[in-house]
Amino acid sequence: MIHIAVQKKLTAVEGEMLLDVDFTLEEGKLTTLYGESGAGKTSIFRIISGLLKADKGLITIKQKTWLDTEQKIYLKPQQRKVGLVFQEYALFPNMTVKENLFFALEKGQDKKIVDELIAIIELGNLQNRKPQHLSGGQKQRVALARAMVRKPDILLLDEPLSALDPKMRAKLQDYILEVHRQFKLTTLLISHDIGEVVKMSDCVMIIENGMITKQGNPIDIFTNQRVSGKFQFSGEIVQIQKEDVIYIVTIIIDANFVKVIAQEDEIKDLNIGDKVIVASKAFNPILYKI
Amino acid sequence: MMDWQPLVLTFKLALVTTLLLLIVSIPLAYWLAHSKSWFKPIAETLVSMPLVLPPTVLGFYLLVVFSPSSTFGSWLNESLRIQFIFSFQGLVLASVLYSLPFMVHPIQAGFSNLSSTISEASYVLGKSKITTLFKVLLPNIKPSLLTGVVLAFAHTIGEFGVVLMIGGNIPGKTKVASIAIYDEVEALNYSTANWYSLILFLISFCILLLVYLVNGGHLKRFWK
Repeated sequence: MIHIAVQKKLTAVEGEMLLDVDFTLEEGKLTTLYGESGAGKTSIFRIISGLLKADKGLITIKQKTWLDTEQKIYLKPQQRKVGLVFQEYALFPNMTVKENLFFALEKGQDKKIVDELIAIIELGNLQNRKPQHLSGGQKQRVALARAMVRKPDILLLDEPLSALDPKMRAKLQDYILEVHRQFKLTTLLISHDIGEVVKMSDCVMIIENGMITKQGNPIDIFTNQRVSGKFQFSGEIVQIQKEDVIYIVTIIIDANFVKVIAQEDEIKDLNIGDKVIVASKAFNPILYKI
Repeated sequence: MMDWQPLVLTFKLALVTTLLLLIVSIPLAYWLAHSKSWFKPIAETLVSMPLVLPPTVLGFYLLVVFSPSSTFGSWLNESLRIQFIFSFQGLVLASVLYSLPFMVHPIQAGFSNLSSTISEASYVLGKSKITTLFKVLLPNIKPSLLTGVVLAFAHTIGEFGVVLMIGGNIPGKTKVASIAIYDEVEALNYSTANWYSLILFLISFCILLLVYLVNGGHLKRFWK
């Protein structure tokens, strides 16, 4: 069991904010932190990895105490077995792909893991390239593999896919899930994409202004009332048009546009930019291979 | 006939000064780039002072502090047998202080331009600050290191005032090329002065050219 309870006063753009979270993570599960920018998600990651000091708190991971402000226990980042993947990759530009992974090895650790990881992320033919000659998706695969070299007790992914195009994203999501399962990891993911959250996580926590306001199964959390639809997708409203007495709402789902007809009372609470779920149960979808 | 000794002495001084500066400047620049201490602006100002001060001011204070008639100077002389006035050590000390900003500024800029996530990534991978410095940070600021080394070296070659103040003009000991030129001109030996000047001009030109070629990536085109 992993228990994290921390408090930290943060100075954000809008002024001071108290980050105050207390949660437990089940081992082997993937949990997502979902919330607006500035809600404190990245600060939670920095506190867990030891890059930021909490004012008060307790972090126990697999029976080891990483932080206990009352007992004055504070492990340095170097002493915590954490895998952290940054949004901007943070690969070392002076080292090749393989050297980036070798650098992460602990003293006396078996070097075999490097080759294993290179095989899993399918970068064998690029292993002698420097990071500047890799695409965004490739860089993020290297960053993921590098974070795995030490076999971390917890894997933290800070919006790892936000800079990638939808196709690359989907592929990387599969890589992450594969690594997560194969190494039986406990993973925390920060994501802004509801589709991604639903696809990847066992549990989601909504963070608002430094507090966890909701947590649970992603589908339950993102649908206010349970919809028992034949199909449902989450997307974002990009346009609301009035046509005579009805409204046409255009929603972008991944890279596809969907137009949905809505009545005036239905669109009352909807605005451009809102995240919505498009669901239906009254007809039979047909699948075509493309 | 031209005496080669001043030129040899100049390059020996520049070499020793540059090596010492490199050792001093890396930790200093690292601290300046990362510190949030109240003392940092003062330290930055002190490092930059040689850029604006007449060299004679620095030379004068060094003379005052290290003169055998001062308490500190006589203590150094008696207990450690080190004499900084009119000696090669004195020239090195003065040059290190005088060329400090030329080494510290490029390295500091190099450290500041590196994204902090790179060092954080290294810490999270279990690497100490020292390992991170030598394996990650320094290899990624090679152009800044080269700029610092070359500027400090070239600037030391070009010293005159501070060297004259603290070292005087002792042949083979403290008479560097820039002082030799002044000497020859005073003695109306224009042709010898010309030779010294030309050699200094060409060497300085080549050194600086090398930096711009390397840092501008022009040499890579030939290697490919």
